Parts: sequence; C-alpha cells; structure tokens
Amino acid sequence: MRINTRHQDRSYIIIAIFAFVAVVFILRLFYIQVLVDKYKLSAENNVLRYVTIYPDRGLIFDRNGKSLVENEASYDLMVTPRHVSELDTLEFCDLLGIDTAAFNKRLTEAKNYSMYKSSVFEKEIPKEVYARFQEKLYKYNGFYIQRRTVRRYPHNIAPHLLGYIGEVNASIVEKDKYYKSGDYIGISGIEKTYEKYLRGRKGLRIMMVDVFNREKGHYKEGRYDTIALSGFNLTTTIDAILQEYGEKLMQNKKGSIVAIEPATGEILAMVSSPAYNPSDLVGRKLRENFSKLQNDTARIPLYNRALQAQYPPGSTFKTINALVGQQMGVININTRFGCAHGFTAGGLHVGCHGHASPLNLVQSIQHSCNAWYCNAFWAMIDRSGYKNSHDGFVAWRNHIMSFGFGKKFDDDLSNEYNGNIPTPEYYDKYHGAGRWKGLTIISLSIGQGEVLVTPLQLANGAAVIANRGYYYIPHVVKRIGDKGFVDPRFIEKHVTTVESKYYDPVVEGMNLVMEAGTGHRANLKGIPMCGKTGTAQNPHGKDHSIFVLFAPMDNPKIAVSVIVENSGFGATWAAPIASLMVEKYLTDTITRPDMEKRMFEGNLMGAK
Amino acid sequence: MREQRTIFDNIDWQLVFLYFALVLFGWMNIYAAVYNEDHKSIFDFSQQYGKQLIWIVTSLVLALIILITDAKFYSAFAYVFFGLVMFSLVAVLVIGNKTSGAQSWFEIGAFKIQPAEFAKFATNLAVAKYLSMQNINIRQFRTKVVVGSFLIFPLLAILLQNDTGSAIVFVCFVFVLYREGLSGSVLLMGVGLAFLFFMALLVEKFVLIGVIAGVSALVYYLVMKKTRKNLIIISAIVVGASGFVYSVDKIFTDVLESHQKDRINVLIGKEVDPKGVGYNVNQSKIAIGSGGFMGKGFLQGTQTKYDFVPEQSTDFIFCTIGEEWGFVGSTIVVFLFLWMMVRIIIISERQRSDFTRIYGYGLASILFFHFTINVGMALGILPVIGIPLPFFSYGGSSLWSFTILFFIFIKLDSYRLNLL
Repeated sequence: MRINTRHQDRSYIIIAIFAFVAVVFILRLFYIQVLVDKYKLSAENNVLRYVTIYPDRGLIFDRNGKSLVENEASYDLMVTPRHVSELDTLEFCDLLGIDTAAFNKRLTEAKNYSMYKSSVFEKEIPKEVYARFQEKLYKYNGFYIQRRTVRRYPHNIAPHLLGYIGEVNASIVEKDKYYKSGDYIGISGIEKTYEKYLRGRKGLRIMMVDVFNREKGHYKEGRYDTIALSGFNLTTTIDAILQEYGEKLMQNKKGSIVAIEPATGEILAMVSSPAYNPSDLVGRKLRENFSKLQNDTARIPLYNRALQAQYPPGSTFKTINALVGQQMGVININTRFGCAHGFTAGGLHVGCHGHASPLNLVQSIQHSCNAWYCNAFWAMIDRSGYKNSHDGFVAWRNHIMSFGFGKKFDDDLSNEYNGNIPTPEYYDKYHGAGRWKGLTIISLSIGQGEVLVTPLQLANGAAVIANRGYYYIPHVVKRIGDKGFVDPRFIEKHVTTVESKYYDPVVEGMNLVMEAGTGHRANLKGIPMCGKTGTAQNPHGKDHSIFVLFAPMDNPKIAVSVIVENSGFGATWAAPIASLMVEKYLTDTITRPDMEKRMFEGNLMGAK
Repeated sequence: MREQRTIFDNIDWQLVFLYFALVLFGWMNIYAAVYNEDHKSIFDFSQQYGKQLIWIVTSLVLALIILITDAKFYSAFAYVFFGLVMFSLVAVLVIGNKTSGAQSWFEIGAFKIQPAEFAKFATNLAVAKYLSMQNINIRQFRTKVVVGSFLIFPLLAILLQNDTGSAIVFVCFVFVLYREGLSGSVLLMGVGLAFLFFMALLVEKFVLIGVIAGVSALVYYLVMKKTRKNLIIISAIVVGASGFVYSVDKIFTDVLESHQKDRINVLIGKEVDPKGVGYNVNQSKIAIGSGGFMGKGFLQGTQTKYDFVPEQSTDFIFCTIGEEWGFVGSTIVVFLFLWMMVRIIIISERQRSDFTRIYGYGLASILFFHFTINVGMALGILPVIGIPLPFFSYGGSSLWSFTILFFIFIKLDSYRLNLL
C-alpha cells in the first residue's frame, strides 16, 4: 500500500484530463455537425452531380407532313474543373484536334466560370471523334459528354420563316429561370414565336458519384429526378413544294412572294430573296456564318422582305380604293370617269397611259386607269358627305385598315413590320390643320405617297378580295403537337367594313386584268384568275414590280403577292412569277416552260 | 470474501459490456464503410467486414483463453512476453513485409500480423511488473532509467519500422508514471513543450520568447517567493524554453520527414491544399460534418460509401460514425470511450495489487492515447497520425492486441479478491 495511497488523488487529475479531451471532442463535433453548414454543402458537392437532360426540340412539318426541320444528335464535351485530375494532355488534345495552349486556355475559362458547375469544353464534337472519345473518357476525370440535338433541314428551304436557334444570352438567362447559360433558344422565325412549345421541358437527373466520379446511382432513388419532355411538333401551313418552287423563281432577284390560302389565312409559301441556307446557321458554324451573312450588305440575306420590307402598293391599291369608294357611296358599278392621258385638277396632273376613255369601274381595274382613281379618291375624301376632308379621310382610312393594312397582324410571325397608312395627324402636321384636301393627298389613290404595305399585307389584301370581304389572320402554324391544338386567334373571322356585294365588280375587273388587261401575258388558260399589276415608285432606282393574284376566280384556293425589286412594271416579272406559283399550287404542273425558264434564269441582282 | 470459483466470477461486467458495445458498433461501421451492393452477406470473407468477423470471433477465443489462464501467469511471465515481442520487433525489420511505407508486418498466409500492436500489452506487463517490485521508487534516478528503457526500446524499434503512430503510443506511459509518483512537472513539461512546438511554428520566435520571458517575470514577481533559488529556476525555464523554441526549426526541418511536416503545416493552417495533404482531413471533416445532428442513417453515408474518405475502415473509421450516426451517435461513442477509461481507472484504484493497478493505468493510458489521436485527427484538431481507434478500426492485429490488453486486465481484476 505504499505508493497506492500516496498518490491516489492523482487519479482524479487523470480522469479530469480524460474528461477534458472528451468534452473538447464533443464541442468540436457539435461545431462541425450541428453549427456550421459548409460541410454538408461540401458533402453534396462531393457526391451529387446534376445532369441536365435536354429534351428533343419539336420537329417542324409542312402542311402535308413533309419534314422541314429535324433534329440531329450532337455531342458537347463538358468539363467540371474541380474534378479534373492529371491526364494525358497530349493524347486528349490529339483526340480533339486542339493544341495544348487551347486546352489550357479553355480549362482556365471553365475554371473562371465555376469550379463546381460544368461548362462546355468543346461544342458539337463530330460523331467519329465522339466514338473514340467515349472509349477513353474514363481516363479523363471531370470530363463528360452531354448529348444535345441540333437542327437539320432536309430541304434547306424557308430560312426566314423557320428562323434559327442559338445560345441564350445573359439577359435572357437573367429574366427567365428556365434557361441556363449555354442553352439554346429560338432567335427568329417560328423557332422564336413557338419557342415555348418547341423547347419541351428539360429533365434533371441527380446522380451520386464516388470519389472517382463514377456514377453510383440516382440520388434518393431518383425521387428528385425529372424526366425531359420533348417539345411539341409543329405542323405548319407551308407547302414545301410551293415554297421551294417560289424560292427557285426568286433566285437572283430581290423581292418576296407571299401565298395565302384565303379560306383559312394559312400561309402556303413565304419567300424572301436573297436568302441563305438554313443549315448554315446551325451549331458551331452559326457564329461565323451569321456574321458573314450580316456583313453581306449588298444582298442583306438575313432581311426578311416578306415581313420587313415596306413598299408603296402602287396600282394594286386601286382594287382596295374601288371597294372603299363603293362603300363610301361615291362610285358604283356604272361610274365613269374620263381620262386624257391622266388626271388634271387644280394645277395638279397625274399621268396615265393610253387607253379608251371613259371607263367604268370594272374597266378601270382592267386598264389600271390613274385618272379614274384620282377622281374616285378625290370624291371619297372631299365629297362623301362628311363634314370636311379630314373626316372623309378618317372614314377612308378606317375602311383601308379593315383590310389589315397599316399595322402588324396578331400573327405567329416574328419581326413583322407595320406598313403605313398615314394618319390625319400626320397631314395636319405636314400641311397644317384644315389646309389639306383630297387633292393634296391624291397619290394615295394610286397607291403612292405615304402609304406603305408589306408583302404579307398585300397578299392578305388579295385574300380579302378573294373571300369577298373577310380574312383570317395570316399564320404559319396549323397545329401544335399531335393532338392538333389550334390557336383560337386564327379561326376568328375578320370582316372588312366594305360590304360583300361591292366585291363582284372588283373581282370581275381583276379577272379582266388577266384575260385582257395589264396582266394578260401572265394569264393561264383553263383557270380563271384575278390579278392586279402594280409598280412601286422607287426614288433610289428602278421601280419595283408588284403583282397580286388569286385563283380560281370562284372559290379561290390561293392568293399571292409578288414583289420583284428594281424590275420595273408589274407585268414583266412579278405577274409571271405569281401566275406560275398559282399554277404550281393548283395543278402541280407547269404548262408554260418558257415563262418558267425565263423566270428561273432572270438575274436582276445587278439592277438598280 | 468471495474467492473466484469459476472463471466468470467477479468479472467486471460493466467493462465487458463496454467491450462488446464498442466491438459490435465498430464492426457495423466497418460494414457500412466498405459496404458494397454486390457483397451484402456479412459472412463474405473476401470483404473487410467478413474478415473482421473472423477477427472478432478469434478475439473472443483469445479473451476466453485469457480468462481461464491463472492470473499469476501474467506477472510471472511479464518479462518473457516483453522479450519475445521485442525480439519480433527486431525480426520484422529483417524479414517483415512493407505495407504503405512501414516495414512492420509478418505475412502468414492470407493474414498479416503486426508485432508493434503486441508491443503495447507486453510493455505494459513489463512496466507493471517492474514498478510493482518492492523497494522501487519512481523518484529514484535508476528506476527512471530502467522504466525509460522499457519504453524507449519498443519506441525506437517501431520508429525504425517507419510506423510513427504506433511508436509514439509509448509516450502515454507518462500517465502511469505520474500516477506512480513521478513529479507532476514532467507531465506539465510535456504539455508545455508540445504547446511551444506548435507556437514556435506559428508565431515569430522573438515574440514568443518575449512572451515567455514576460510571463515568467510576472509569475516570479507576483506569485513566487523572491528567493535566489526561485530566480535561478525561473531563469532556467526561460533559457530552456528559448533554446527549445530555437531548436524547433531544426527539429522541424531536419528531424521530421516531409510528410510529417506537411501534416503539421496543414493542421496549423499554414497550407491550404484540399487535394493534397489536407485532403484526408478535409474529407474527414466533410463526412463527419455532413452527418448533422441525427446522422444519415446506417448504410446511408455517401461520403464514406463512395470512398471520399481514405482509410475509412481503419484510421478514419470515425468518419463513418460521424456521417451515419450524426452528433448523437458520435457523442455516444465518445461517452462509451470515456466511460471505459474512467471505469478502468476506478477499478485500478480498488486493487490491492500494485501490479494490477499499474497495468490498469497502462491500459487506460494506451486507450486514451489512441482515442485522442485518432478522433482528434478525424476531427481535424490533431495532425494526421496513422493509429487505429481501439475496438473500432478494421484490422486483426489491432483488435487482438486490444482484446489481450483488455482481458488481461479483466482477469487480473477478477482475481483481486483472491489476494490478501
């Protein structure tokens, strides 16, 4: 018992030391397990991988089920910098076909973006590279392949109409939570207007990975995973054959064709020339090709003339004035105005070409008499029973607007322009209030002056006449998805303020244009057509040739507007093109190969 | 007085319960740490948990053998054990196998034996035997030299095997010596030197020496009697401490190996390198921290299951506990260890035999040392030193060695009533 009792109290000191360490450990445990969160977050970063599953974008078909836009698998090489470990850089670069400097640069960029989030290392690696890469991927920690789809165009037609997709920019990412940097979005055309249908819904897979970045399974058995939903397929109203034909007719010309089915407002074809190959604006080629197209100031191929170009409608506008004039009660089927090579009143002279005189309404259209429409318009503005010219003009304007002129349609097309039907305020400002009358603005009668229309509005105008008084908003998508959702906007009838009964003489006149008038050379035997020539004055050079056409005369199936810039009188270029379009659509054969050949081969690109 | 009639009489069941609790919970955590969908069976002997099951069963056999052996056998053969183990420590240096840089294994068939593990109980027996002899006083210089050599010999032999962790375990006998009458200042000095070592690496040397001198001067003027002797003592302390501080650099750069330096640098926060040396500790903290209050549940730990923590079935087994059982489970484990160690101390103090008491203190000290270093390392408050958590870590030698250590004590204790 000698030592035993002497130092027994020291056992308490030793127990105290033991207890002290235990308390320190418990406090430390409390700190890292309960108090701070950073270890929990680090643990998630260690083990969880958020894998986005990109849905297939909706496909786009023409009205007959022909494929216009398809998807093609593409493989992006992604990198998560934090997981990158040492690798055989030379072999890696060799596979990708880049040098080490580029490798280091891209890795640094990715690191600067985020150590934890993945970013694109190489976009759209070719299929054969992908196959070789896939085999070696296990060697490259931190790299993985993300499957995506890019667009493919089996026919390479209708670039402006279909539009293109590209990466979202920062402001979109900020505004719309759905998009993450690097995602694709429709930038123009129906890719843009139908973006929310086409894109589908991204899916998310939360995977657990081990220390070697190997997938070990779904986090919580996939409870938080979401599946990707493919986008809706779109069936457009476009007739691919007609569209392709129209593009061929317009090659080497500047201008546009718009063809509408009058009974529905469905756009059958919409050509803008010069155009580009839609396949050029796909994936990794996009940026380079886009700036090339953008810099092509001579041809401005990105410019969609069918929606964005605004022309004075010229004589085609006479058909509309003939209708409005009847409704306003200043003219009727028997009204005759004389024409002595033009219209002269109050020191004003509007010239006209030589034709018999006087002409009635039907003949005025057939021969496109300027004097007739100057008289009619003068009467509409100044002598139609309104208090003054201002009110007369307002009434005229309202009628005109009811045809769909002067403002954008509530349609499904992107980047459309308004056109212009001048306001009375504009003239008040320009001439002074009360200091302008019908004669002051007489050029509106023949579609010149301040009035501007887009080719789409022009085609719609033709459709209105074809329908004898109403239209449906021109649109390009018939059905969304396989169930066939139809936008209610497009089945609502828009009736003009001009009564149906006034249309017959105009239709008859337009028929005579083809049978024995200004458009007779473009007439097609066997199908009664109704057309109207026009010439848009161009202060910068040669006038633009305009033609509107619908056929058959009764129960029309197609209404077309054609504009060929710098080609002069409407009958020379625009009329044959419109006529061929109608023939192609209605009969699917061309009986006038000479005319077709002349159009195909006509090169007006040098014309000014 | 009840004499021991069967081998289970007078056994401290509290300790036996603690042993089973730790071993079984340890095994569960090994199962979780190396859990693999393809090998779910606990009897899959190709997996660590299967093997550990063998180690547990054989350990129980060993425990039984120890219990039926006469208690006097251990003190009688203490030196023989010590001699045998010391011999094997030397032998392993010559004919042993290298595993992860340490030449400390005998390979016998599929199993590997690490003699360093057995040096603990042998040394403990020898120290207990020597200190319990009549006419031994720890305050005598000769005694210190003899006990010191009992400890230095295995320490050096294991150091030569390049197994720093197992070597420095023998430092823990300072608690035993303290209890047996060694001046408390030795304990204080030990703590003081360790403190100075880290401070010297962290703080500018002259600042540190200035602080030491200042504190010493204050203590001298305010607390101590102003005698010449005290002045000499305090001056000696200041000079000694300063010398130590200046030699730390030398120890650090010349004596320690680079991986040891790195570990210390990481610990004191001089290096931040999550992929390098600090990786283990960082991942360990992440695993434990992610357990939260209640833990993720058995087999639900992602960090350990997917191998983010290295050595998770051996040195970093505490991560599995922390991640899957959370703060609650971890605290319970800490309590179980504390309970066991305190219980051993209490039992030691009730012994009539000096041998048993000293042995008990040795056992508690060894457990304490392993527990402190291992858990402290997993929690990132001590440098990374590879040393198993008693009863928990995967490994036959370790479990056998602790079982032997532990049950010899149980046996010695159960025999106490047979002594006069």
